[in-house]
Amino acid sequence: MALPILVVLGFAFCVACEFLPIINTYTKGVLIMVGINIILCASLNLVNGYMGEFSVGHAGFMALGAYASAVMTIKWLPASVFELPLAVLFGGTVAAAIGFLLALLSFKTRGDYLAIITLAFLMIVKSAVENIEYLGGPRGMTPPVLTNLPWAFFWVVVTLWIIRNLVYSKFGRAITAIREDEIAANAMGVRVREAKILAFSTSAFFGGVAGALYAQVNFFIDPKSFDIVRSTEILVMVYLGGVASLAGSILGAVIFTLLFQALQDLGTWRMVVMPLILVLLMIFRPRGIMGMKELPWFLPKRELFTKRQP
Amino acid sequence: MSALLEIDNVTKRFGGLCAISKCNVRVMEGHAHGIIGPNGAGKTTLFNLITGIYKPTEGDIRFRGESIAGLRPGRIALKGIGRTFQNIRLCKNLTVLDNVRIAFDSQLHYSPLEAMLRLPRLGRDERRSIDESMKLLEPFGLTPHAHAVAGDMSYGLQRKLEIARALALKPRLLLLDEPAAGLNTGETAALTEFLRWVKSEFQVTLVLIEHHMHLVMNLCDRITVLDFGQTIAEGTPAEIRENPRVIDAYLGGTEVEQG
Repeated sequence: MALPILVVLGFAFCVACEFLPIINTYTKGVLIMVGINIILCASLNLVNGYMGEFSVGHAGFMALGAYASAVMTIKWLPASVFELPLAVLFGGTVAAAIGFLLALLSFKTRGDYLAIITLAFLMIVKSAVENIEYLGGPRGMTPPVLTNLPWAFFWVVVTLWIIRNLVYSKFGRAITAIREDEIAANAMGVRVREAKILAFSTSAFFGGVAGALYAQVNFFIDPKSFDIVRSTEILVMVYLGGVASLAGSILGAVIFTLLFQALQDLGTWRMVVMPLILVLLMIFRPRGIMGMKELPWFLPKRELFTKRQP
Repeated sequence: MSALLEIDNVTKRFGGLCAISKCNVRVMEGHAHGIIGPNGAGKTTLFNLITGIYKPTEGDIRFRGESIAGLRPGRIALKGIGRTFQNIRLCKNLTVLDNVRIAFDSQLHYSPLEAMLRLPRLGRDERRSIDESMKLLEPFGLTPHAHAVAGDMSYGLQRKLEIARALALKPRLLLLDEPAAGLNTGETAALTEFLRWVKSEFQVTLVLIEHHMHLVMNLCDRITVLDFGQTIAEGTPAEIRENPRVIDAYLGGTEVEQG
Protein backbone atom coordinates (compact mmCIF):
# COMPACT_ATOMS: atom_id res chain seq x y z
CA MET A 1 0.00 0.00 0.00
CA ALA A 2 3.02 2.28 0.35
CA LEU A 3 3.17 3.06 -3.33
CA PRO A 4 -0.35 4.52 -3.87
CA ILE A 5 0.11 6.76 -0.83
CA LEU A 6 3.43 7.94 -2.21
CA VAL A 7 1.84 8.66 -5.58
CA VAL A 8 -0.93 10.74 -3.98
CA LEU A 9 1.58 12.64 -1.81
CA GLY A 10 3.80 13.24 -4.81
CA PHE A 11 0.93 14.57 -6.85
CA ALA A 12 -0.18 16.82 -4.00
CA PHE A 13 3.37 18.16 -3.73
CA CYS A 14 3.46 18.88 -7.47
CA VAL A 15 0.15 20.74 -7.33
CA ALA A 16 1.34 22.71 -4.30
CA CYS A 17 4.56 23.65 -6.13
CA GLU A 18 2.51 24.86 -9.05
CA PHE A 19 0.39 27.27 -7.06
CA LEU A 20 2.53 28.15 -4.03
CA PRO A 21 6.00 29.68 -4.13
CA ILE A 22 7.70 26.59 -2.64
CA ILE A 23 10.39 26.14 -5.28
CA ASN A 24 11.75 28.53 -7.90
CA THR A 25 11.16 28.30 -11.64
CA TYR A 26 14.60 26.81 -12.29
CA THR A 27 14.04 23.93 -9.86
CA LYS A 28 10.59 23.41 -11.30
CA GLY A 29 12.08 23.15 -14.79
CA VAL A 30 14.65 20.62 -13.60
CA LEU A 31 11.94 18.53 -11.92
CA ILE A 32 9.86 18.51 -15.12
CA MET A 33 12.94 17.38 -17.05
CA VAL A 34 13.44 14.61 -14.48
CA GLY A 35 9.88 13.49 -15.20
CA ILE A 36 10.31 13.59 -18.99
CA ASN A 37 13.57 11.66 -18.69
CA ILE A 38 11.94 9.00 -16.50
CA ILE A 39 9.32 8.48 -19.23
CA LEU A 40 12.02 8.27 -21.93
CA CYS A 41 14.19 5.94 -19.88
CA ALA A 42 11.41 3.56 -18.82
CA SER A 43 10.02 3.34 -22.34
CA LEU A 44 13.39 2.67 -23.97
CA ASN A 45 14.07 0.10 -21.26
CA LEU A 46 11.18 -1.95 -22.62
CA VAL A 47 13.07 -2.55 -25.87
CA ASN A 48 16.72 -2.27 -24.78
CA GLY A 49 16.37 -3.80 -21.32
CA TYR A 50 13.47 -6.20 -21.13
CA MET A 51 13.70 -7.32 -24.77
CA GLY A 52 17.50 -7.04 -24.92
CA GLU A 53 17.59 -5.30 -28.28
CA PHE A 54 19.67 -2.21 -28.99
CA SER A 55 17.58 0.64 -30.35
CA VAL A 56 19.32 3.99 -30.78
CA GLY A 57 16.31 5.70 -32.35
CA HIS A 58 14.40 6.78 -29.27
CA ALA A 59 15.05 10.48 -29.93
CA GLY A 60 13.28 9.93 -33.26
CA PHE A 61 10.08 8.89 -31.50
CA MET A 62 10.53 11.83 -29.16
CA ALA A 63 10.77 14.12 -32.21
CA LEU A 64 7.60 12.65 -33.72
CA GLY A 65 5.72 13.24 -30.47
CA ALA A 66 7.13 16.72 -30.05
CA TYR A 67 6.31 17.88 -33.57
CA ALA A 68 2.89 16.21 -33.70
CA SER A 69 1.88 17.88 -30.45
CA ALA A 70 3.39 21.24 -31.47
CA VAL A 71 1.34 21.21 -34.68
CA MET A 72 -1.74 20.53 -32.59
CA THR A 73 -1.17 23.24 -29.99
CA ILE A 74 0.07 25.87 -32.46
CA LYS A 75 -2.11 25.29 -35.52
CA TRP A 76 -5.10 23.09 -34.81
CA LEU A 77 -6.43 23.41 -31.29
CA PRO A 78 -7.83 26.52 -29.57
CA ALA A 79 -6.43 27.21 -26.12
CA SER A 80 -8.32 25.17 -23.49
CA VAL A 81 -7.73 22.83 -20.57
CA PHE A 82 -7.91 19.89 -22.96
CA GLU A 83 -5.18 21.24 -25.18
CA LEU A 84 -2.23 19.58 -23.46
CA PRO A 85 -3.76 16.12 -22.81
CA LEU A 86 -5.01 15.94 -26.40
CA ALA A 87 -1.68 17.08 -27.79
CA VAL A 88 0.22 14.56 -25.66
CA LEU A 89 -2.06 11.68 -26.66
CA PHE A 90 -1.77 12.69 -30.30
CA GLY A 91 2.02 12.89 -30.04
CA GLY A 92 2.15 9.43 -28.48
CA THR A 93 -0.19 7.97 -31.08
CA VAL A 94 1.78 9.31 -34.04
CA ALA A 95 5.01 7.95 -32.55
CA ALA A 96 3.36 4.57 -31.81
CA ALA A 97 2.03 4.29 -35.38
CA ILE A 98 5.49 4.90 -36.85
CA GLY A 99 7.00 2.57 -34.23
CA PHE A 100 4.57 -0.12 -35.34
CA LEU A 101 5.68 0.26 -38.98
CA LEU A 102 9.33 0.21 -37.99
CA ALA A 103 8.75 -2.98 -35.98
CA LEU A 104 7.02 -4.63 -38.94
CA LEU A 105 9.92 -3.76 -41.23
CA SER A 106 12.68 -4.78 -38.86
CA PHE A 107 11.00 -7.85 -37.35
CA LYS A 108 13.68 -10.26 -38.57
CA THR A 109 16.70 -8.17 -37.65
CA ARG A 110 18.47 -8.34 -34.34
CA GLY A 111 21.45 -6.88 -32.52
CA ASP A 112 23.78 -4.74 -34.64
CA TYR A 113 21.42 -4.77 -37.59
CA LEU A 114 18.50 -3.46 -35.58
CA ALA A 115 20.76 -0.75 -34.13
CA ILE A 116 21.63 0.35 -37.66
CA ILE A 117 17.98 0.38 -38.73
CA THR A 118 16.97 2.51 -35.73
CA LEU A 119 19.90 4.84 -36.42
CA ALA A 120 18.72 5.23 -40.01
CA PHE A 121 15.19 5.87 -38.73
CA LEU A 122 16.50 8.62 -36.45
CA MET A 123 18.34 10.28 -39.36
CA ILE A 124 15.27 10.02 -41.60
CA VAL A 125 13.03 11.67 -39.00
CA LYS A 126 15.52 14.46 -38.38
CA SER A 127 16.10 15.29 -42.05
CA ALA A 128 12.40 14.95 -42.87
CA VAL A 129 11.53 17.52 -40.20
CA GLU A 130 14.35 19.77 -41.41
CA ASN A 131 12.85 19.78 -44.90
CA ILE A 132 9.17 20.20 -44.14
CA GLU A 133 8.33 23.89 -44.24
CA TYR A 134 5.02 23.27 -42.43
CA LEU A 135 7.04 22.16 -39.40
CA GLY A 136 9.29 25.18 -39.51
CA GLY A 137 12.19 23.43 -41.22
CA PRO A 138 15.57 23.95 -39.57
CA ARG A 139 14.25 27.06 -37.78
CA GLY A 140 12.03 24.93 -35.55
CA MET A 141 8.72 25.74 -33.88
CA THR A 142 7.66 27.66 -30.81
CA PRO A 143 4.84 25.79 -29.07
CA PRO A 144 3.10 27.38 -26.07
CA VAL A 145 4.29 26.44 -22.60
CA LEU A 146 1.61 24.11 -21.26
CA THR A 147 3.44 21.34 -19.41
CA ASN A 148 3.52 21.94 -15.68
CA LEU A 149 4.72 19.83 -12.78
CA PRO A 150 1.39 18.08 -12.02
CA TRP A 151 0.97 17.07 -15.68
CA ALA A 152 4.54 15.80 -15.88
CA PHE A 153 4.01 13.80 -12.69
CA PHE A 154 0.72 12.44 -13.99
CA TRP A 155 2.34 11.14 -17.18
CA VAL A 156 5.25 9.64 -15.27
CA VAL A 157 2.80 7.66 -13.16
CA VAL A 158 0.75 6.58 -16.19
CA THR A 159 3.88 5.48 -18.06
CA LEU A 160 5.33 3.50 -15.18
CA TRP A 161 1.97 1.92 -14.35
CA ILE A 162 1.28 0.76 -17.90
CA ILE A 163 4.81 -0.50 -18.53
CA ARG A 164 4.75 -2.28 -15.16
CA ASN A 165 1.45 -3.94 -16.03
CA LEU A 166 2.75 -4.99 -19.42
CA VAL A 167 6.04 -6.34 -18.07
CA TYR A 168 4.30 -8.49 -15.44
CA SER A 169 1.87 -10.07 -17.90
CA LYS A 170 2.28 -12.85 -20.42
CA PHE A 171 3.46 -10.22 -22.92
CA GLY A 172 6.24 -9.12 -20.61
CA ARG A 173 7.28 -12.73 -20.10
CA ALA A 174 7.25 -13.22 -23.88
CA ILE A 175 9.43 -10.13 -24.35
CA THR A 176 11.85 -11.37 -21.70
CA ALA A 177 11.91 -14.86 -23.21
CA ILE A 178 12.92 -13.34 -26.56
CA ARG A 179 15.82 -11.63 -24.83
CA GLU A 180 16.91 -14.81 -23.11
CA ASP A 181 16.71 -17.13 -26.13
CA GLU A 182 14.62 -16.47 -29.20
CA ILE A 183 14.78 -20.06 -30.49
CA ALA A 184 13.63 -21.43 -27.14
CA ALA A 185 10.91 -18.78 -26.98
CA ASN A 186 9.60 -20.02 -30.32
CA ALA A 187 9.64 -23.61 -29.14
CA MET A 188 7.59 -22.56 -26.10
CA GLY A 189 4.85 -21.17 -28.30
CA VAL A 190 5.71 -17.53 -27.65
CA ARG A 191 4.22 -15.31 -30.36
CA VAL A 192 7.53 -13.65 -31.10
CA ARG A 193 6.33 -11.30 -33.83
CA GLU A 194 3.41 -9.96 -31.77
CA ALA A 195 5.57 -9.50 -28.69
CA LYS A 196 8.23 -7.57 -30.61
CA ILE A 197 5.68 -5.32 -32.28
CA LEU A 198 3.93 -4.67 -28.97
CA ALA A 199 7.18 -3.80 -27.19
CA PHE A 200 8.26 -1.50 -29.99
CA SER A 201 4.94 0.33 -30.36
CA THR A 202 4.48 0.81 -26.60
CA SER A 203 8.02 2.08 -26.26
CA ALA A 204 7.47 4.45 -29.19
CA PHE A 205 4.17 5.68 -27.73
CA PHE A 206 5.76 6.79 -24.49
CA GLY A 207 8.77 8.18 -26.36
CA GLY A 208 6.23 10.33 -28.21
CA VAL A 209 4.50 11.30 -24.97
CA ALA A 210 7.82 12.45 -23.52
CA GLY A 211 8.52 14.40 -26.71
CA ALA A 212 5.12 16.09 -26.52
CA LEU A 213 5.64 17.10 -22.91
CA TYR A 214 9.11 18.33 -23.81
CA ALA A 215 7.80 20.44 -26.69
CA GLN A 216 5.23 22.14 -24.46
CA VAL A 217 7.74 23.13 -21.79
CA ASN A 218 10.72 24.30 -23.74
CA PHE A 219 9.38 27.36 -25.68
CA PHE A 220 11.24 26.05 -28.67
CA ILE A 221 11.94 22.83 -30.56
CA ASP A 222 14.10 22.32 -33.61
CA PRO A 223 15.40 19.22 -35.42
CA LYS A 224 18.73 19.50 -33.61
CA SER A 225 16.98 18.88 -30.26
CA PHE A 226 16.39 15.28 -31.39
CA ASP A 227 19.70 14.09 -32.77
CA ILE A 228 21.92 11.15 -31.89
CA VAL A 229 23.21 13.01 -28.82
CA ARG A 230 19.70 12.96 -27.36
CA SER A 231 19.43 9.22 -28.08
CA THR A 232 22.81 8.68 -26.42
CA GLU A 233 21.61 10.51 -23.32
CA ILE A 234 18.61 8.20 -23.04
CA LEU A 235 20.88 5.19 -23.53
CA VAL A 236 23.15 6.44 -20.74
CA MET A 237 20.13 6.73 -18.43
CA VAL A 238 18.98 3.17 -19.22
CA TYR A 239 22.37 1.55 -18.76
CA LEU A 240 23.19 3.70 -15.71
CA GLY A 241 19.97 2.94 -13.85
CA GLY A 242 19.75 -0.68 -14.88
CA VAL A 243 18.38 -2.78 -17.69
CA ALA A 244 15.01 -4.51 -17.28
CA SER A 245 14.12 -2.54 -14.16
CA LEU A 246 11.62 0.26 -13.57
CA ALA A 247 13.26 1.28 -10.31
CA GLY A 248 16.48 1.43 -12.31
CA SER A 249 14.85 3.60 -14.98
CA ILE A 250 13.78 6.12 -12.35
CA LEU A 251 17.18 6.03 -10.69
CA GLY A 252 19.01 6.43 -13.99
CA ALA A 253 16.86 9.35 -15.11
CA VAL A 254 17.11 11.16 -11.76
CA ILE A 255 20.88 10.73 -11.42
CA PHE A 256 21.48 11.66 -15.04
CA THR A 257 19.32 14.78 -15.02
CA LEU A 258 20.76 16.09 -11.75
CA LEU A 259 24.32 15.31 -12.84
CA PHE A 260 23.66 17.03 -16.14
CA GLN A 261 22.58 20.15 -14.28
CA ALA A 262 25.43 19.96 -11.76
CA LEU A 263 27.98 19.74 -14.58
CA GLN A 264 26.46 22.76 -16.34
CA ASP A 265 29.55 24.82 -15.42
CA LEU A 266 31.83 22.51 -17.34
CA GLY A 267 30.37 23.76 -20.62
CA THR A 268 31.60 21.75 -23.57
CA TRP A 269 33.52 19.40 -21.27
CA ARG A 270 30.19 17.97 -20.25
CA MET A 271 30.14 16.29 -23.65
CA VAL A 272 33.32 14.49 -22.62
CA VAL A 273 32.21 13.54 -19.13
CA MET A 274 28.87 12.01 -20.15
CA PRO A 275 30.21 9.54 -22.76
CA LEU A 276 33.03 8.72 -20.36
CA ILE A 277 30.44 7.70 -17.77
CA LEU A 278 28.89 5.41 -20.39
CA VAL A 279 32.25 3.79 -21.17
CA LEU A 280 33.06 3.21 -17.51
CA LEU A 281 29.58 1.84 -16.94
CA MET A 282 29.88 -0.67 -19.78
CA ILE A 283 33.20 -1.89 -18.39
CA PHE A 284 32.41 -2.11 -14.69
CA ARG A 285 28.66 -2.56 -14.43
CA PRO A 286 27.17 -3.38 -17.83
CA ARG A 287 23.71 -4.06 -16.45
CA GLY A 288 23.52 -0.81 -14.50
CA ILE A 289 22.82 -0.11 -10.83
CA MET A 290 19.55 -2.07 -10.65
CA GLY A 291 20.15 -4.35 -13.65
CA MET A 292 17.55 -7.16 -13.90
CA LYS A 293 16.36 -6.40 -10.38
CA GLU A 294 13.20 -4.67 -9.25
CA LEU A 295 12.05 -3.00 -6.08
CA PRO A 296 9.29 -5.16 -4.52
CA TRP A 297 7.14 -2.02 -4.56
CA PHE A 298 6.82 -2.20 -8.30
CA LEU A 299 5.78 -5.85 -8.44
CA PRO A 300 2.10 -6.79 -8.53
CA LYS A 301 1.21 -8.57 -5.30
CA ARG A 302 0.81 -12.01 -6.91
CA GLU A 303 4.29 -11.72 -8.46
CA LEU A 304 6.03 -10.78 -5.22
CA PHE A 305 7.39 -14.24 -4.63
CA THR A 306 7.94 -15.31 -8.20
CA LYS A 307 10.85 -13.02 -9.02
CA ARG A 308 14.49 -12.77 -8.13
CA GLN A 309 14.86 -9.80 -5.87
CA PRO A 310 17.64 -7.37 -5.09
CA MET B 1 -3.83 -46.61 -34.13
CA SER B 2 -3.11 -43.70 -36.43
CA ALA B 3 0.06 -41.87 -37.32
CA LEU B 4 0.45 -38.68 -35.30
CA LEU B 5 3.50 -37.47 -37.16
CA GLU B 6 4.45 -38.39 -40.72
CA ILE B 7 7.74 -37.37 -42.23
CA ASP B 8 7.26 -38.03 -45.89
CA ASN B 9 10.24 -38.18 -48.24
CA VAL B 10 11.88 -35.17 -46.60
CA THR B 11 15.15 -33.82 -47.93
CA LYS B 12 17.14 -30.96 -46.43
CA ARG B 13 20.16 -29.51 -48.18
CA PHE B 14 22.47 -26.84 -46.78
CA GLY B 15 24.23 -25.58 -49.91
CA GLY B 16 25.96 -28.65 -51.27
CA LEU B 17 25.59 -30.67 -48.10
CA CYS B 18 22.64 -33.04 -47.92
CA ALA B 19 21.84 -33.33 -44.20
CA ILE B 20 18.64 -35.33 -44.66
CA SER B 21 17.78 -37.18 -47.82
CA LYS B 22 14.43 -38.77 -48.64
CA CYS B 23 13.79 -39.52 -45.01
CA ASN B 24 10.58 -41.29 -43.96
CA VAL B 25 9.38 -41.65 -40.38
CA ARG B 26 5.92 -42.48 -39.10
CA VAL B 27 5.27 -41.90 -35.42
CA MET B 28 2.17 -43.65 -34.06
CA GLU B 29 -0.06 -41.94 -31.51
CA GLY B 30 0.80 -43.07 -27.99
CA HIS B 31 4.15 -44.57 -28.89
CA ALA B 32 7.60 -43.79 -27.67
CA HIS B 33 9.61 -43.56 -30.83
CA GLY B 34 13.41 -43.65 -30.75
CA ILE B 35 15.66 -42.06 -33.34
CA ILE B 36 19.18 -43.38 -33.26
CA GLY B 37 22.19 -43.16 -35.49
CA PRO B 38 25.86 -42.26 -35.45
CA ASN B 39 26.99 -38.67 -34.87
CA GLY B 40 26.18 -36.45 -37.83
CA ALA B 41 23.43 -38.73 -39.07
CA GLY B 42 20.98 -35.83 -39.16
CA LYS B 43 18.95 -36.56 -36.03
CA THR B 44 18.88 -33.03 -34.61
CA THR B 45 18.35 -31.63 -38.12
CA LEU B 46 15.26 -33.81 -38.30
CA PHE B 47 13.98 -32.26 -35.03
CA ASN B 48 14.70 -28.77 -36.36
CA LEU B 49 12.71 -29.62 -39.48
CA ILE B 50 9.75 -30.89 -37.46
CA THR B 51 9.72 -27.81 -35.21
CA GLY B 52 10.07 -25.36 -38.10
CA ILE B 53 13.54 -23.99 -37.37
CA TYR B 54 14.47 -25.28 -40.84
CA LYS B 55 12.21 -25.66 -43.84
CA PRO B 56 12.43 -28.93 -45.78
CA THR B 57 14.02 -28.58 -49.24
CA GLU B 58 11.69 -31.32 -50.48
CA GLY B 59 8.98 -33.49 -49.02
CA ASP B 60 6.22 -32.95 -46.51
CA ILE B 61 5.77 -33.17 -42.74
CA ARG B 62 2.28 -33.88 -41.43
CA PHE B 63 1.09 -33.60 -37.84
CA ARG B 64 -2.36 -35.04 -37.11
CA GLY B 65 -2.88 -35.32 -40.85
CA GLU B 66 -2.17 -31.64 -41.48
CA SER B 67 0.91 -30.35 -43.27
CA ILE B 68 3.16 -28.30 -41.00
CA ALA B 69 6.15 -27.99 -43.33
CA GLY B 70 7.18 -24.35 -43.70
CA LEU B 71 5.08 -22.99 -40.82
CA ARG B 72 6.79 -20.65 -38.37
CA PRO B 73 8.25 -22.36 -35.25
CA GLY B 74 5.86 -20.58 -32.89
CA ARG B 75 2.83 -21.81 -34.84
CA ILE B 76 4.09 -25.39 -34.87
CA ALA B 77 4.66 -25.31 -31.11
CA LEU B 78 1.09 -24.09 -30.58
CA LYS B 79 -0.25 -26.94 -32.69
CA GLY B 80 0.96 -29.26 -29.95
CA ILE B 81 4.62 -30.09 -30.48
CA GLY B 82 6.88 -29.46 -27.49
CA ARG B 83 10.61 -30.05 -27.50
CA THR B 84 13.79 -30.00 -25.48
CA PHE B 85 17.22 -29.13 -26.82
CA GLN B 86 20.47 -31.07 -26.95
CA ASN B 87 22.29 -28.26 -25.16
CA ILE B 88 19.74 -27.00 -22.69
CA ARG B 89 18.04 -23.76 -23.72
CA LEU B 90 16.34 -22.23 -20.69
CA CYS B 91 15.70 -18.60 -19.85
CA LYS B 92 18.70 -18.65 -17.54
CA ASN B 93 18.07 -15.31 -15.82
CA LEU B 94 14.45 -16.08 -14.96
CA THR B 95 13.08 -18.13 -12.12
CA VAL B 96 12.12 -21.78 -12.57
CA LEU B 97 8.46 -20.86 -12.19
CA ASP B 98 8.63 -18.14 -14.84
CA ASN B 99 10.28 -20.53 -17.28
CA VAL B 100 7.26 -22.81 -17.03
CA ARG B 101 4.81 -19.90 -17.10
CA ILE B 102 6.19 -18.65 -20.41
CA ALA B 103 5.16 -21.93 -22.01
CA PHE B 104 1.86 -22.02 -20.14
CA ASP B 105 1.04 -18.49 -21.36
CA SER B 106 -0.15 -19.83 -24.72
CA GLN B 107 -3.29 -20.90 -22.85
CA LEU B 108 -4.05 -17.42 -21.54
CA HIS B 109 -6.22 -15.30 -23.77
CA TYR B 110 -6.23 -11.73 -22.48
CA SER B 111 -5.33 -8.91 -24.90
CA PRO B 112 -2.47 -6.37 -24.65
CA LEU B 113 -4.97 -3.67 -23.65
CA GLU B 114 -6.35 -5.83 -20.84
CA ALA B 115 -2.78 -6.38 -19.67
CA MET B 116 -1.82 -2.69 -19.75
CA LEU B 117 -4.93 -1.58 -17.88
CA ARG B 118 -5.02 -4.59 -15.51
CA LEU B 119 -8.59 -5.51 -16.33
CA PRO B 120 -10.18 -8.35 -14.27
CA ARG B 121 -9.49 -11.19 -16.74
CA LEU B 122 -5.75 -10.57 -16.36
CA GLY B 123 -5.81 -11.26 -12.63
CA ARG B 124 -7.82 -14.46 -13.03
CA ASP B 125 -5.64 -15.76 -15.85
CA GLU B 126 -2.39 -14.89 -14.11
CA ARG B 127 -3.40 -16.62 -10.90
CA ARG B 128 -4.34 -19.70 -12.92
CA SER B 129 -0.95 -19.58 -14.65
CA ILE B 130 0.87 -19.46 -11.30
CA ASP B 131 -1.23 -22.24 -9.76
CA GLU B 132 -1.05 -24.61 -12.69
CA SER B 133 2.63 -23.98 -13.29
CA MET B 134 3.35 -24.71 -9.63
CA LYS B 135 1.34 -27.91 -9.93
CA LEU B 136 3.40 -28.92 -12.94
CA LEU B 137 6.68 -28.43 -11.06
CA GLU B 138 5.66 -30.89 -8.35
CA PRO B 139 6.24 -34.28 -10.07
CA PHE B 140 9.58 -33.05 -11.35
CA GLY B 141 10.80 -32.36 -7.82
CA LEU B 142 11.16 -28.70 -8.73
CA THR B 143 8.70 -27.26 -6.18
CA PRO B 144 11.42 -26.31 -3.66
CA HIS B 145 13.33 -24.60 -6.48
CA ALA B 146 10.36 -22.71 -7.95
CA HIS B 147 11.82 -19.32 -7.09
CA ALA B 148 15.42 -20.18 -7.84
CA VAL B 149 17.06 -18.68 -10.90
CA ALA B 150 17.08 -21.36 -13.60
CA GLY B 151 20.70 -20.82 -14.62
CA ASP B 152 21.92 -21.41 -11.05
CA MET B 153 20.49 -24.92 -10.77
CA SER B 154 22.29 -28.21 -11.28
CA TYR B 155 22.48 -29.70 -14.74
CA GLY B 156 20.08 -32.52 -13.88
CA LEU B 157 17.43 -30.14 -12.57
CA GLN B 158 17.81 -27.92 -15.62
CA ARG B 159 17.13 -30.95 -17.84
CA LYS B 160 14.00 -31.72 -15.82
CA LEU B 161 12.86 -28.11 -16.00
CA GLU B 162 13.22 -28.20 -19.77
CA ILE B 163 10.87 -31.20 -19.92
CA ALA B 164 8.42 -29.57 -17.50
CA ARG B 165 8.47 -26.42 -19.58
CA ALA B 166 7.77 -28.34 -22.79
CA LEU B 167 4.83 -30.08 -21.07
CA ALA B 168 3.35 -26.74 -19.99
CA LEU B 169 2.46 -26.24 -23.65
CA LYS B 170 0.12 -29.23 -23.24
CA PRO B 171 1.66 -30.90 -26.30
CA ARG B 172 0.42 -34.04 -28.06
CA LEU B 173 3.94 -34.76 -29.20
CA LEU B 174 7.09 -34.28 -27.17
CA LEU B 175 10.49 -34.27 -28.89
CA LEU B 176 13.41 -35.02 -26.58
CA ASP B 177 16.92 -34.39 -27.89
CA GLU B 178 19.30 -36.61 -25.91
CA PRO B 179 17.51 -36.43 -22.56
CA ALA B 180 20.07 -38.77 -20.96
CA ALA B 181 23.15 -36.82 -22.08
CA GLY B 182 25.51 -36.43 -19.15
CA LEU B 183 23.63 -38.83 -16.87
CA ASN B 184 25.24 -41.93 -15.32
CA THR B 185 23.80 -45.47 -15.54
CA GLY B 186 21.68 -45.19 -12.41
CA GLU B 187 20.27 -41.83 -13.41
CA THR B 188 19.54 -43.12 -16.90
CA ALA B 189 17.52 -46.01 -15.47
CA ALA B 190 15.56 -43.53 -13.34
CA LEU B 191 15.00 -41.35 -16.39
CA THR B 192 13.61 -44.32 -18.32
CA GLU B 193 11.00 -44.89 -15.63
CA PHE B 194 10.32 -41.19 -15.42
CA LEU B 195 9.71 -40.84 -19.15
CA ARG B 196 7.39 -43.84 -19.08
CA TRP B 197 5.45 -42.07 -16.34
CA VAL B 198 5.39 -38.76 -18.27
CA LYS B 199 4.07 -40.56 -21.34
CA SER B 200 1.10 -42.06 -19.53
CA GLU B 201 0.42 -39.17 -17.13
CA PHE B 202 0.41 -36.45 -19.79
CA GLN B 203 -0.88 -38.71 -22.57
CA VAL B 204 1.84 -37.55 -24.84
CA THR B 205 3.60 -39.27 -27.70
CA LEU B 206 7.38 -39.25 -27.33
CA VAL B 207 10.06 -39.01 -29.98
CA LEU B 208 13.54 -39.19 -28.58
CA ILE B 209 17.03 -38.92 -29.95
CA GLU B 210 19.32 -40.91 -27.72
CA HIS B 211 22.69 -42.64 -27.63
CA HIS B 212 22.06 -44.67 -24.45
CA MET B 213 20.95 -47.96 -26.06
CA HIS B 214 19.69 -49.27 -22.76
CA LEU B 215 17.19 -46.42 -22.47
CA VAL B 216 16.12 -46.64 -26.11
CA MET B 217 15.66 -50.42 -26.11
CA ASN B 218 13.72 -50.35 -22.84
CA LEU B 219 11.45 -47.43 -23.50
CA CYS B 220 10.72 -47.29 -27.19
CA ASP B 221 7.95 -49.08 -29.06
CA ARG B 222 9.58 -48.38 -32.38
CA ILE B 223 12.97 -47.19 -33.50
CA THR B 224 14.16 -45.41 -36.62
CA VAL B 225 17.83 -45.61 -37.49
CA LEU B 226 19.39 -42.79 -39.48
CA ASP B 227 22.76 -42.79 -41.18
CA PHE B 228 24.05 -40.02 -43.46
CA GLY B 229 20.58 -38.46 -43.45
CA GLN B 230 18.81 -41.58 -44.67
CA THR B 231 16.52 -44.00 -42.91
CA ILE B 232 18.41 -47.27 -42.91
CA ALA B 233 16.02 -49.23 -40.69
CA GLU B 234 12.76 -48.91 -38.83
CA GLY B 235 11.17 -51.45 -36.51
CA THR B 236 10.72 -52.71 -32.96
CA PRO B 237 13.74 -52.75 -30.64
CA ALA B 238 14.14 -56.50 -31.18
CA GLU B 239 14.17 -56.11 -34.95
CA ILE B 240 16.64 -53.23 -34.82
CA ARG B 241 19.02 -55.20 -32.62
CA GLU B 242 19.19 -57.97 -35.21
CA ASN B 243 19.33 -55.73 -38.28
CA PRO B 244 22.65 -56.21 -40.09
CA ARG B 245 22.58 -52.72 -41.65
CA VAL B 246 22.31 -51.15 -38.20
CA ILE B 247 25.19 -53.17 -36.84
CA ASP B 248 27.05 -52.17 -39.96
CA ALA B 249 26.43 -48.47 -39.47
CA TYR B 250 27.39 -48.54 -35.82
CA LEU B 251 30.37 -50.86 -35.85
CA GLY B 252 31.64 -50.59 -39.42
CA GLY B 253 31.22 -53.29 -42.07
CA THR B 254 34.59 -54.97 -41.98
CA GLU B 255 34.59 -55.40 -38.21
CA VAL B 256 31.28 -57.24 -38.35
CA GLU B 257 32.60 -59.64 -40.97
CA GLN B 258 35.71 -60.34 -38.95
CA GLY B 259 33.82 -60.66 -35.66
